[in-house]
Amino acid sequence: MLRDTFLLARYAESLFWMARYMERVENIARLIDVTQSFESPGREAEAWFALVRINADEEGFAARHPVAEPEAVKRFYLIDHDNPTSIPAALHAARFNARTLRPLISTEMWRQLNIFHRDMTAIDAEDLHAERLSPLCTRIKEGVQLHTGITEGTFFRDQGFFFYQLGRLLERADQTTRLLDIRYHLLVPRAREERRVAELAQWGGVLRGAAGYHAFRRVARPGFTPADVVGFLLVDAEFPRSVGACLTGMDWCLTQLRSRYGLRATSKPLERVDAVRAGLFGRSVQAIIDDGLHDFLDAMQRDLILLAGEVGTAFFRDWRPMAQAQSS
Amino acid sequence: MSDTASDPFAAYDPGAYFCELTSARAGDGGTLARLRERIGAIGLDALRARAAAAEGDLIDLGITFTVYSDATAIDRILPFDCIPRVITASEWDVLERGVRQRVAALNALLGDVYHGRKIIADGVLPAELVLGNPNYRPEMEGFAVSFGTYVHICGTDIVRDRAGRFLVLEDNARTPSGVSYVIENRHLMARTFPDLLAGMRLRPVDDYGRRLLGAMVEIAPAGVDDPQVVLLSPGIYNSAYFEHVFLSREMGVPLVEGADLFVENERVFMRTTSGPRAVHVIYRRINDDFLDPSVFRADSVLGVPGLIGAWRRGNVALANAVGTGVADDKAVYAYMPRIIRYYLGEDAILENVPTHICREAEGLAHTLAHLEELVVKPVGESGGYGITIGPRASRAEIDAARAALLAEPENWISQPVIDLSVAPTLTDAGLRPRHLDLRPFAVTGRETWVLPGGLSRVALKEGSLVVNSSQGGGSKDTWVLAEAPGTGVGGAG
Repeated sequence: MLRDTFLLARYAESLFWMARYMERVENIARLIDVTQSFESPGREAEAWFALVRINADEEGFAARHPVAEPEAVKRFYLIDHDNPTSIPAALHAARFNARTLRPLISTEMWRQLNIFHRDMTAIDAEDLHAERLSPLCTRIKEGVQLHTGITEGTFFRDQGFFFYQLGRLLERADQTTRLLDIRYHLLVPRAREERRVAELAQWGGVLRGAAGYHAFRRVARPGFTPADVVGFLLVDAEFPRSVGACLTGMDWCLTQLRSRYGLRATSKPLERVDAVRAGLFGRSVQAIIDDGLHDFLDAMQRDLILLAGEVGTAFFRDWRPMAQAQSS
Repeated sequence: MSDTASDPFAAYDPGAYFCELTSARAGDGGTLARLRERIGAIGLDALRARAAAAEGDLIDLGITFTVYSDATAIDRILPFDCIPRVITASEWDVLERGVRQRVAALNALLGDVYHGRKIIADGVLPAELVLGNPNYRPEMEGFAVSFGTYVHICGTDIVRDRAGRFLVLEDNARTPSGVSYVIENRHLMARTFPDLLAGMRLRPVDDYGRRLLGAMVEIAPAGVDDPQVVLLSPGIYNSAYFEHVFLSREMGVPLVEGADLFVENERVFMRTTSGPRAVHVIYRRINDDFLDPSVFRADSVLGVPGLIGAWRRGNVALANAVGTGVADDKAVYAYMPRIIRYYLGEDAILENVPTHICREAEGLAHTLAHLEELVVKPVGESGGYGITIGPRASRAEIDAARAALLAEPENWISQPVIDLSVAPTLTDAGLRPRHLDLRPFAVTGRETWVLPGGLSRVALKEGSLVVNSSQGGGSKDTWVLAEAPGTGVGGAG
């Protein structure tokens, strides 16, 4: 005789955040790797500082590192435990949530995260040397991918799994908008051919940052433009990191929570996802670019924050950000 | 490498102590000799390498307790000693019956203490030991619990003297911990020393979670069809958090913290994604004091306001019951042989360590006169704190104990030094005798079930008699030999 499953609100919240933090770790590692591998000679400092801008970390970075040199950026994201947007800080938060979730998640999920956290918090400046940086990023990415694979293969698929997916997709969508945002200024119309080639090379870097370079090549026509790259990252249904694919995935998770588990409080988050998707799919990519990509991405990021807030208010126990917003 | 250098037992000498592996015992069916041979065949170097791997496994799995100091948190393991401790079938028969009897007496005592107090009226137990006890809970007076069970989970600390006789050192009737290590140690043993376990007929230890859940379901409020059981933990900062996780998983019930629960109309609910869900049984791993800030400590953030009210209404069951601390007090302990006789009409199957009660003039006088020979213990402490071991104490320590005794004699008991048994334990110098004890765990709903074996805690420091994990103790896998062929489970157990 088996019983129906339910989910403590605290567990739902921890799953959502564990997934978000792990997704964040992978994205930071990916960006560092791409920056290292494809930095334009002579413009290294600019390339590295772009990372800081993607994460809107200008202030926090300046407080710790007075000079915006490449080494400082690497330290800021790979070693500075007290930088809340660093990999060690995100891993620490992921492990903290995993500890809370130990009664729920599989032993293998916990064990891997525990070891991964220990290994990653032990890295030091030596590991950031040029020739060791890319292997380090590979290790970090693979650490998260191992987590993803273990989760896929061992985590019980009740409602907790959907809260986990929701968190990871939301974070992924947010990361993709940030990645796009850093290059929106390259969308200069009618540039000279020489400049266009340089720009396309930069867009190649953006695609690599999103692990979409080869996928894009498969679907792109020879005369592709930056707008095609933007469209791919925004709305491509097959590309797992496009904002649109993430939104579709979130819609599915919320719908499952509603139909399978009867969570009626999914109404508001579902409405929000619906509205955001309408704004994304309801017009052409060129129209989005013409209206201003930066403003569009900005609005998208705000919508994702609101969505996270609505999920939190509906289901989580300690949704302090919203509680504070409501009381103020 | 010569043979003597690789023989782990080459320099092993337990002296006059009873040794759990090398002292001759009847009825082991040759297991002890076979185990010694197998350990010998592995050799010291391989033992060390595998023991290190086993401890690495514990760290990777996070089978740890967290020690907080200043801003840092350090995850420590309970050191694991790879040489198993063996209990024969006939020894276990005595231990199991003894533990059962003790649990029955504790429950009878608590039922009486919170109802008629006949034992006091009959002059068997001094009233002040009960009513003056800080763990006495007036809230319990006249309140009936299912099956008369107050102590659903009991840990009985048992030692062995030079003659190999088992003696009870202490009852733990509040929230005893350590059972997770009993089971994890067996699993660890199966992973790292399958060659020691191969073919050994051992009683399995895996059934604990199912038995515990069964007892929790039994004590649910009447009329609840499919009761919801939860484990209430102080949370991830508690040093026993791993055990809470372990038990909630083994039972398949949520691990909740105080803030996950709330009380409405004297009913307990937990906060889930689909709204409030009724809770019927709480296996709580927090102390009485912290359970309900509206009744006990108002500053408790670990508890649930209104919980005691819901409990008194019979809408939720608590395990262990509130107020069991009055029965596992070290002063009450001294009376246990008389308590067993009083309620059960039987002699104690497991004897106490002889105990002098310093609140009694005779006990105090004897203690003061023999301080250098006795172990002096505070009645209200646990974890091995506040103990003075006379024969090993300095002049200043003896004087301090004397002053404390004279200031508040009712806070103290004394016992002769028991020459605790030893077992071969892997040290830097090779296998050496180290003192150990045994904590069997009994689960009681309608009836009592005792997990075969229990936690063997070993004092890793040479000569030390203090086995507590907070004082540098470790643990061993504990084997209970199955009686007849076919009744045991070998290997993974």
